Amino acid sequence: MEIKKTSLNKLHQSNNAKFVEFAGYEMPIQYSKGIIEEHKFTRSHSGIFDVSHMGQLFIYGDESLTEELEKIFPLDLKNLKQNCSKYSFLMNEDAGIYDDLIITKIHEGYLIILNAACKDKDFEILSNLLGSKFKMNLDNNRSLIAIQGPKSVEILNSIINGVDQLNFMTGNWFDSDNQKLFVTRSGYTGEDGFEISISNDKAEKFVENLIKKGAQLIGLGARDTLRLEAGLCLYGHELDINKTPVEANLRWAISKSRLSNGGFIGSKIIMNQMQNGANQIRVGIKPEGRLIAREKTKIFDDTDTQIGEITSGTFGPSINGPIAMGYVNKEFSKVDTKILLEVRGKKHPANVCALPFYKKNYVKGVN
Amino acid sequence: MSEVKFSKEHEWITLEGDVATIGITKHATEMLGDIVFAELPEKGSNVEKDGTAGVVESTKAASDVYTPVSGEVVDTNQAIVDDPSKINEDPEGSAWFFKLKMKDQSEMDSLMNKEEYDNFAKESAS
Repeated sequence: MEIKKTSLNKLHQSNNAKFVEFAGYEMPIQYSKGIIEEHKFTRSHSGIFDVSHMGQLFIYGDESLTEELEKIFPLDLKNLKQNCSKYSFLMNEDAGIYDDLIITKIHEGYLIILNAACKDKDFEILSNLLGSKFKMNLDNNRSLIAIQGPKSVEILNSIINGVDQLNFMTGNWFDSDNQKLFVTRSGYTGEDGFEISISNDKAEKFVENLIKKGAQLIGLGARDTLRLEAGLCLYGHELDINKTPVEANLRWAISKSRLSNGGFIGSKIIMNQMQNGANQIRVGIKPEGRLIAREKTKIFDDTDTQIGEITSGTFGPSINGPIAMGYVNKEFSKVDTKILLEVRGKKHPANVCALPFYKKNYVKGVN
Repeated sequence: MSEVKFSKEHEWITLEGDVATIGITKHATEMLGDIVFAELPEKGSNVEKDGTAGVVESTKAASDVYTPVSGEVVDTNQAIVDDPSKINEDPEGSAWFFKLKMKDQSEMDSLMNKEEYDNFAKESAS
């Protein structure tokens, strides 16, 4: 299959991107400054991320669509206000996760942002569940640009006036340069920031404008270290079809009002695990010293029994030390539990720790 | 001190008497990106030509460091373990990895000189 390119591919090239293949797309892993500089620039200034490979699924409908979606997602969508977003999951009957996503209630229905590697399958699953009653559009004509970091609000507001009035996890349509942009105040770096849905033919010029105002392009490498420091899950690593949201320690994302009556896919398992706990839980892990424990590193207790596995591990540039996330048996999931990580045949000490590693700077109350 | 020689695994080596100093090349650090972890062989241990003799890790991945010659490890550079970013800053100078007391100096003969290595690096990068 031919590798796909986003509308910003030429711009990445002219900014000396190193490319990798990610979910069938040619994506920038880093630019000339490198992952650590890019990571720190995002934390201190403003980083631009091309996330156009992600799926933008528009589903059009009225109240009856809300009812149908509540049969799928563990969310209180009836009481979700227009232009508000929620983090959620598409699950199977065993509460295994097909994908994690952000769903926003918009005037026309819902906008769901899906992972690149999952979007086609998600579309198929949702089409089967919803039938032909609602128009669905997995929109390939729009790019998705994230701008993240403390200077982002000032920079973006100078181009799209009014975005500074958005609260975290809300969005709206804005007019700019004779077109409609959908902007949400959200992101995946642990920083204040925005995601902008924009038509492909306008994306390059828009990003060039952001660069002129002082933001810089940031690759997927830094996106990964940023999200890991923020304790955020990445599909295919922390989340997959064999993990449930409760095991993934994402109880907060399940609406309380949906737990008494269930009625969403996977609700039986979710309600059971919410009450009785799960056997394995996702935790934060800090190796002692500078040791980096990568994905698939085995976790042991002091009696040489394997008690879990690392799902992501790297060096955290803002923490200035190694960080990881992984799953451990529930009796080892308390903060400060001593564990051992097997790296290159030797066992190294580490501690279970609270997430996030890096404290968030989300803007909660503008209005 | 001898002429600097290079291996296909992107290590550099110089010889002073029978003690070789070994590090990784600038080209290697450019391919690896930001180095955030280094592990060196133990002092007093013996390493074999083309065997692993350490590890470097970037934010992205771990890579083995090989030794281009055999010998006994007589010194290691603790400064790069304490601050691995030094490897990106000065890979072919102060950020050497380890020193070996060589057994067989003829092992140097098969290694590349600077010009040969530069060509090799250029080809392997493209």
